[in-house]
Formats: sequence, C-alpha cells, structure tokens
Amino acid sequence: MLYREAGQFKTNYVADSAIFPLRQDRIGIGLIIVAAYALAFLGNDFLLQAVLIPFLVFSLASIGLNILTGYTGLLSLGTGAFMGVGAYACYKLMTAFPEVNVIVWILMSGFFSAAIGALFGLPSLRIKGFYLAVATLAAQFFLQWCFIRIPWLVNYNVSGALEAPLRTLFGIPIIGATATPQTRYLVVLTIVILLTWLASNLVHGRIGRMWIAIRDMDLAAELMGIRPLQTKLLAFAVSSYYCGVAGALLVFLWYGGAEYDVFNINQSFFILFMVIIGGLGSLIGSFFGAALIFILPIVLGIVLPAMLSPFGISVGADVIEHLRFMIVGALIIFFLIVEPHGLARLWQIGKQKLLVWPFPY
Amino acid sequence: MDILYKIFIEPFVFMGEAPDLLIQTLWEGLVSGVLYALIALGFVLIFKASGVFNFAQGIMVVFAALTLVGLYEAGVPAFLALILAVLIMLVLAVVVERVVLRPLVNQPDIILFMATFGLTYFLIGFGELIFGGNPKEMITSELYLPRGTTEVEMLGGFVRFQHLDIAATVIASIMIGLLAVFFSKTRIGRALRAVADSHKAALSVGISLNQIWVIVWFAAGIVALVAGIMWGARAGVSFSLQIIALKALPVLILGGFTSIPGAIIGGLIIGVGEKLGEFYWGPLVGGGIETWLAYVIALLFLLYRPQGLFGEKIIERI
Repeated sequence: MLYREAGQFKTNYVADSAIFPLRQDRIGIGLIIVAAYALAFLGNDFLLQAVLIPFLVFSLASIGLNILTGYTGLLSLGTGAFMGVGAYACYKLMTAFPEVNVIVWILMSGFFSAAIGALFGLPSLRIKGFYLAVATLAAQFFLQWCFIRIPWLVNYNVSGALEAPLRTLFGIPIIGATATPQTRYLVVLTIVILLTWLASNLVHGRIGRMWIAIRDMDLAAELMGIRPLQTKLLAFAVSSYYCGVAGALLVFLWYGGAEYDVFNINQSFFILFMVIIGGLGSLIGSFFGAALIFILPIVLGIVLPAMLSPFGISVGADVIEHLRFMIVGALIIFFLIVEPHGLARLWQIGKQKLLVWPFPY
Repeated sequence: MDILYKIFIEPFVFMGEAPDLLIQTLWEGLVSGVLYALIALGFVLIFKASGVFNFAQGIMVVFAALTLVGLYEAGVPAFLALILAVLIMLVLAVVVERVVLRPLVNQPDIILFMATFGLTYFLIGFGELIFGGNPKEMITSELYLPRGTTEVEMLGGFVRFQHLDIAATVIASIMIGLLAVFFSKTRIGRALRAVADSHKAALSVGISLNQIWVIVWFAAGIVALVAGIMWGARAGVSFSLQIIALKALPVLILGGFTSIPGAIIGGLIIGVGEKLGEFYWGPLVGGGIETWLAYVIALLFLLYRPQGLFGEKIIERI
C-alpha cells in the first residue's frame, strides 16, 4: 500500500533519468544508510568485526569486479591479486609518509592497482571470453609471486607479512591494534558508501553506457564511435581501483595484518561468485552477492550444529566446514538454475510485485 | 649489460657445457607436459561437446584419485577399487547431467561456467567429508605401476629416468591415442563432433544431447582418473593437486579450446618451457617462477594468435 508510484509525476528530463525515480526508494535508501550507521552503535563487536566489516569490504571488491565483468563483459580471475596490489601499495605509502592521513593513502593505493590492472588489461583488446579469463590468471599468479619474492614490498620485515601500524583520524585510532571495531566499521562504511555512489554515477552516465555497449557487442560499439581500447582499459583501471581499495581495507581495517596468501586465487573466485550470484551488471547485486556468499557460511556454521544436535548427532568443526562447502556449492548451482540473472533480478521482480500488490498485474 | 648477458648468453653457455643436465630438464618438462596435456584433454572433451568450460575438471582429478585410494584403504582390492572408481565417475557424470546441465540448457556460457564452480565447491566438501582432508599415498605398487629409476650414461653425464615417469608418458600417450580413435572412428565419436558443431543440427538428425553429455562427462571422468593416478603417484593425493590442474588452463589457451592435438602440443610446450625457464632463468629472479611462467608464455602467445595454436579461427559478424 505504501509502495506506489501514483501521484509522482516527472516534469523534466532530469527527473526522468533519476537513479531512484520513486520517492519511496529514496526514503528507503536513506533509511538503510541511517540504519547502517546506527548499527555501529547498536551492534556488538562480533557482528561488526566478523560480519559487517568483511561484508562491506567484499561488497566493494564485488562492485569492482562487477564493473569489469558485469558492465564491460570482460571476465577476470585476477581480482585477488589486484586487491593485493592495493594493500601492498597502501602499506608502502603509509609507512613511507606517516605524516599524511591514512585515509588519503587508502584512497590513493587504488590508483596503483588501477595502473597494474590497466597493464594486465592490455591483452583484452585482442582476446575475449575464457581466453581473457586465463590471461588474467597470469596477473594473479605473477603478482602473487611478486608479493612473496620482493621483500621491499613489506619493508624487509622478517615475517613477510603486512602489519598495520597505528594510524589515527581526528585523534581516534582507526588502524592498528588499538582501533575498536566500531571506528573501523564507521570508516569502512563511509568509504564504501562514497565509492558506491561514485560507481553508481559512473555506470549510469556516459562512461557506463560505453561499457555496456562494449559488453553487448564490441564490434558494433566500435562502429558507433566508441574506442574499444580506451574503454576496456578504463574499465580495467576503474575495476582495479575498487579492488585495490577493497584490498587495503581488507588488510588494514579488517584483518589488521595479513600475508600474501590472503590474495590467492581462491579470493578471486570467491569474489567472482559474489558477482554472479548477486547479478551481473548490478550494483545492488554486488551487495546481495557478498551477503549471500560471505554471511551464509557464517550463519550455517551457527545454525547447522543447532539443527543437528536434536537428532543426537554431534558434529565436529571439520565436518561443519565440509558441509558448508557442499551447501555453498549446491546453493550456487540452485541459484543459477532458479534465477541465472542473480539476486538482483529477484529484487527487481519483488519490487515490481510490490508496486501492483494486491493485484497480480 | 651484465643483466643482458645473464639473460641471453649465460643460460645457453650453461646448456652447452652440461648437455646431460639439459636432457634431464627436457625430459622432466616432457613428462609434466604429457600430464598437463592429459588434464587439458578432460577440459577439451567437455568443451567440444557441450561448450561448457568445465572448471571442475581439476577437482574431478582429485576426487577420482581420492575415491580410488579411499576405496583401497577401506579394504577393497586394488583392481576392484579401480573398477568401482570408474563406476563412480559414471554416476557423477549422470548426476551432473541430470542436476546441473539439463536445467541450465540454453543459458549463456558464463552461467554454465559458474555452475561448474558450484560443482567444484560441492565436490571439495563432499570429497573431504568422505575421505578426509589429509594427503594420501597413491597405491602405485598395487596397480603394478613400476618404481625405481634408470640412469643412462649419455653426453658425458648421467640422465636419470624415473620408471614411473616413463609409464606415465606411455599410458598418457595410449590414452590420448585411444581418445583420438574414439573421436574420429566410432559412431558415438562422430555424434560428439556433430554436437560440437551445432546443437540444433545434431538434435535434428536424432542425436540425443543428454546421452552425449553423459558420455563426455564420463570420458572426462576417466581421463581425470588416469590423470589423478599419475599425478597422485608423483605428488601424493591431496586437494593441492587442484593447483596443478589449473596449469592445464594455459595449456588449453595455447592449444585452443577445441583441439585435441592442440592440447597435446600445448601441454608439451608449457611443460618443457616451464622446466627450462625455471632451471635456467629462474635463479636470476629468485626462483619459483614455475607458478606463473606457464601463464605468461600463454599470454604472450595469445597476443600473437588469439584463438590458440589449433583453435578455430574466430570470425566475428554483426
């Protein structure tokens, strides 16, 4: 009853091309943002540290990959490595110039991974589809090797791991051992909201249309005057920027320190899962995908033992882990069969149904 | 100048000085190349017949080997375990066709690709749940696979041939030959090629797609089992074999996704190139370049020939 478009008239073109044409949608997104900030003060440390911060980080990485795979149609399996570039760049910048605020460096580190991403995106002009996916694997393995073999990247420390030094914002520690989950969550949330807003403007504008044209048919797009090289490289750069920032956030604001192994090939696959389950070419889908793939295993880890214990079956942690793998795998197949266009499409259908409720059409 | 010398002159001087080492490296590269080709073959089989890029091939290798070893450890005689493992791969093929492929028919390639990711996860969980996550020893002697080494004196040194490697090369070659005959001479093989050409045309002349899919997945399962036995004998049976299976991907793009000879030649190029690169040029940058060299070789190659060595020419129309 509340969700109706009746009475909302568009009187100019700007209103017609708005991202949220419905007033209810605008109120809804505002409420979600307010609720997200409120969670920082209402949620406990476990919720913030183990669920919400990683969820936001993975959402950001998914948005990055979605720009490349969903909007531009270039399949990439190098996401993990591009995240790593961001994290290592952030570490180098942070330790080399400690006087500059760390937020600046987190946002700057993305540019390093954008440059690397554009470099590895060069073959995309000539090769497509699965061939390109395998080519990006070259980036994945080469960069991962660099993380291991170049001690300069970790300032020659013996453990070979990235360690978060203490950094503050307005005098409050946001990175390092003394930073509380609450402040870290607020920082991550703010960065993710800002970058999502930016991504939304990018994909709805001229650049986004160019990407979509390339995705739908690159030859036709080229004939229409879209330069494929620049457009594809831009997609690689922007995508890697997001992944790089997500990588920096992952290491310094979630883990607090990490080794090269965090950015392995499984991380790349993990994020690709999120993008495809969430919905290719949809920003909100990236959030849904991250929620499903990341939060579902956590929930299963809590729910499964509780479900099995009434039957007298007590299961070990390893069995739970294996069951989790099986269930996630089965769910991926299930979702692909039921809705190949991802959760974002389900969301759309749901909104459509809500608009005409209680009538079927 | 020094670095150029180290890259372009020194390795070759070294090769000339110690030809026995060169032969040894080439042999090792050849063996791993044949085994890469075997894994790549599994990918090619499925890609040709159904257009599915089967990411789960790697885990199928692990799963098949685990099943074999697991059954043996449960007390089943070795050869019965082998037969049972083959049957289990058949069951897997039927289940995959029923549960995954049939409902997803006519979906875009990337969706099917993702579905095989789901399959991978499922098989990882399933395999670990049943057989445990610990690495296992492959039952080489029970399957009458030879052990030990022969040293041959040649070119002023000794070259060492592992018997197992020789057996692996022979078996893999026989396997590849059999598959080639199967594809070109038998009725089912011709049906497979028809399906690869066009699903619609194949259907219209009365070829059952569902049957064909079960057959290719079963064939890929057997290839996976053989690859699993061979790799398992060399490196132990564990889930880390999956990474080796990923190596089949550069082999694939080098050879072209749809070509069986391509998979073999690509495998040899990657295997030999990787070993030579690691042995002669690896120390320059600190070693360990084996993990990415194959991909970089494939990438450079792709820039020159985007459809791979033997892939069909890509013709684009609007």
